[in-house]
Amino acid sequence: MTKQVQQLDRVIIRFAGDSGDGMQLTGDRFTAGTAEFGNDLSTLPNFPAEIRAPAGTLPGVSSFQLHFADHDILTPGDAPNVLVAMNPAALKANLGDLPRGSDIIANTDEFTKRNLQKVGYAANPLEDDSLSEWRVHAVPLTSLTVKALEGFDLSKKDAERSKNMFALGLLSWLYHRPTEHTIKFLEQKFAKKPEIAKANIAAFQAGWNYGETTESFSVSYEVKPAQLTPGIYRNISGNQALAYGLIAASVQSKLPLFLGSYPITPASDILHELSKHKKFGIRTFQAEDEIAGVGAALGAAFGGALGVTTTSGPGVALKAETVGLAVTTELPLIIVDVQRAGPSTGMPTKTEQTDLLMAMFGRNGESPVPIVAPMSPCDCFDAAIEAARIAVKYRTPVMLLSDGYLANGSEPWRLPEVSDLPDISQEFTTTPNGDDGEFLPYKRDAETLARPWAIPGTAGLEHRIGGIEKADGTGNISYDPDNHDLMVRSRAAKIAGIDVPDLEVDDPDADAKVLVIGWGSTYGPIAAAIRRIRRNGGKAAQAHFRHLNPLPANTGEVLKRYDKVLLPEINLGQLALLLRARYLVDVISYNRVRGLPFKAEELAGVIQDVIDSD
Amino acid sequence: MTELLNGRGLSLVPKTDVKQGLKDFKSDQEVRWCPGCGDYAILAAVQSFLPELGLKRENIVFVSGIGCSSRFPYYLNTYGFHSIHGRAPAIATGLAASRPDLSVWVITGDGDALSIGGNHLIHALRRNVNLNILLFNNRIYGLTKGQYSPTSEVGKITKSTPMGSLDKPFNPISLAIGAEASFVARTIDSDRKHLQSVLREATAHRGASLVEIYQNCNIFNDNAFEPLKDPEVRDDITLRLEHGQPIVSASKAVVRAASGGIEVVARDGVSEDEILVHDAHNPDPSIAFALSRLDEPAFEHVPIGVFRSVDRPSYEVAMAEQMEEAVQQKGPGDLSELLLGGDTWRIG
Repeated sequence: MTKQVQQLDRVIIRFAGDSGDGMQLTGDRFTAGTAEFGNDLSTLPNFPAEIRAPAGTLPGVSSFQLHFADHDILTPGDAPNVLVAMNPAALKANLGDLPRGSDIIANTDEFTKRNLQKVGYAANPLEDDSLSEWRVHAVPLTSLTVKALEGFDLSKKDAERSKNMFALGLLSWLYHRPTEHTIKFLEQKFAKKPEIAKANIAAFQAGWNYGETTESFSVSYEVKPAQLTPGIYRNISGNQALAYGLIAASVQSKLPLFLGSYPITPASDILHELSKHKKFGIRTFQAEDEIAGVGAALGAAFGGALGVTTTSGPGVALKAETVGLAVTTELPLIIVDVQRAGPSTGMPTKTEQTDLLMAMFGRNGESPVPIVAPMSPCDCFDAAIEAARIAVKYRTPVMLLSDGYLANGSEPWRLPEVSDLPDISQEFTTTPNGDDGEFLPYKRDAETLARPWAIPGTAGLEHRIGGIEKADGTGNISYDPDNHDLMVRSRAAKIAGIDVPDLEVDDPDADAKVLVIGWGSTYGPIAAAIRRIRRNGGKAAQAHFRHLNPLPANTGEVLKRYDKVLLPEINLGQLALLLRARYLVDVISYNRVRGLPFKAEELAGVIQDVIDSD
Repeated sequence: MTELLNGRGLSLVPKTDVKQGLKDFKSDQEVRWCPGCGDYAILAAVQSFLPELGLKRENIVFVSGIGCSSRFPYYLNTYGFHSIHGRAPAIATGLAASRPDLSVWVITGDGDALSIGGNHLIHALRRNVNLNILLFNNRIYGLTKGQYSPTSEVGKITKSTPMGSLDKPFNPISLAIGAEASFVARTIDSDRKHLQSVLREATAHRGASLVEIYQNCNIFNDNAFEPLKDPEVRDDITLRLEHGQPIVSASKAVVRAASGGIEVVARDGVSEDEILVHDAHNPDPSIAFALSRLDEPAFEHVPIGVFRSVDRPSYEVAMAEQMEEAVQQKGPGDLSELLLGGDTWRIG
């Protein structure tokens, strides 16, 4: 039987199952095949903080959403076209996001009476008509997998564990994904257990063949490769891009990287990644706590290293005093905050933009800190280099505000040419700078207001720094009132004077009345929403902040150019507060703090409402 | 790199060919401790000891936390970092781990090291970062004007404990030994010769060394260590720990107890060969720990000197070895190669 092949321009798939079902791996592999095939893509993993919540329960559901297309896309997609539900909990947890008419591939083997009861289904939804508005493909994934692996020397339990690969094979068939990569991947992953490797490959191929032969699927789909800018691409998550950005910053600043870090979700992967690259002269130090992580990084910076600490909001709270010390000792330091839902422990695996005001003001005293926020997973690479550039040039701690959405989300990344990366190196001071041949550790550069960075081992420049207020120039302890006023203002002026690029406005016909602004990870959803508005003939301009402190010099002028300024944030209006205070502009806030990124459709509605309102 | 492991103390720190004296280590800052403070004696002892090391002055760094003792770096003409309360071991760890060519000292007090910074201290010790940690123990909070500290005796009457403190104090030596410290010693501010002999051993040791210095705060806790300074009794109660020597004071001796532990007995009641001979290099820390418990009740007898000094790989050397091993196995880092390292594809 020849099956029909249908062309689609884009598809959103969500794999959902128990946290032990291997959904993240399944999603990763489908993504790798999709990337190799040449679609543009964007992913959104969504998993519980618990490593293994009780099996079959709603809190234990882990999912992975992938949006791929034959054109460039900006988000992991609002609503799935296809849901793969490995058990009743996965169905129940995700059905609300699933538009009517979309496909559900359900693993019937797990729809047992007990599993149904666990999540409160009185009857099997696959058997009554409650799902009649969706296209349900009931597939006994587990038993088909076990059957396919009959010839293998595996226990039934081990055979069942390959069911995610069966599902992957089936989906790979359904969307014409290449298979070689996954087979190679499985061979490598289980190189030491060839039997397991073969079994997983067999399950994967059985899934593919099932699609080919079963009558449950009469149509398969093709999504043509996207026309992306020429270049070499790889798929990358925000955390990995950020780690690579820090390595690049170390190379481009000619400073050895020292990472002081304490494990915390969702930032730990940066520590893991950097720990693999010691051959770059990188030192990774897993400290006893968050405070020691940043303390060690600052100590290393005093010694001439590129000091970095990586954490999430609760860790930034603990590091505040040391960041203040870095402000006053004027040493380069990068604090990476992969924001997550708060307050307190909050929802560790869920995303939020709620640490902006903490990054701005969360220290004692007048303690200004530059803030850079990447706008996409790929941009984490460039933002890390930018944070390092500012830290090194201006001798200041810099906050780099990523978030859980960027950290775990992934997209194709066009690799930069290393020769195109900026040189961010600065010279250490090696000679006295005083009129009488003395060394003045707090004599500022006339242009940048940065103080000299003289590191231990430099003869003749021995000096002492610390947290007590310092006399301008000499750096000696000073309680002089006017000196303190001068130093407070000098530190503030240094940060305010940092060279940051102007805000770019996307307003194709220069006649929009509404400007939509955002910062950090909301770039994709806002841009996707504006595309929708424009497709429908509407007008809206977009500008996105990568630098939150100092703000771009043209910010006030841009804000005042438009009748209305809309600012969606995944917080209760933190940037809006800053902009209103500084520019006296009546920014319209749109705020949702659900632990999830905005959806493009949702924002398009909000933007349209603002356009339509008087 | 293996020779680094075998190297002693500060063997990686460049030597000077300039003759140094005490005044080379005095900064131009006016010393501002209270007149009569024990810190003066320690500062003078350190300043006159440093030339003996023969190190390039610019390769010496003093890092401190907060408290009276933590002003110390300002008075030394080396590199210095007066940091924040309790965090000096963490800051010094980052510095020492990334710069094995530096002699890094941590100056701290009983509140700084054992209260707010207790966590950093124990982890610096177990990691065995090449740090010389001088813990000025005056058993009181001085800079905040007289509250009890984590080494104050139970029942201490202070501003914050008008009816007496309730919590049992730390014994810094016991704590350090329990924290896997490879070098643990105790000395007294007023005995410069002993203090410098301990510093000599501490600097010869590669890895973290903890030196507790009994230090008198003449304002808020005067005469806290008076028995150890009183010519009438000090020779009787001070048990001098010297490797390979019997552990004795003028009138007392340490022997193995029938219970299996150790005890202090009258020296004239035992024969020489019954007296415990001090073995600072014993891999088993239990005797060193038992020795640290001898000063209860307070000042009946107090061991001073090096309790424990054992060889263990130091952290910064092990870290450098891993980096070197990574280069040997994979070649030096190449950024282009890194970026191209995943599954890549070409468009156009």
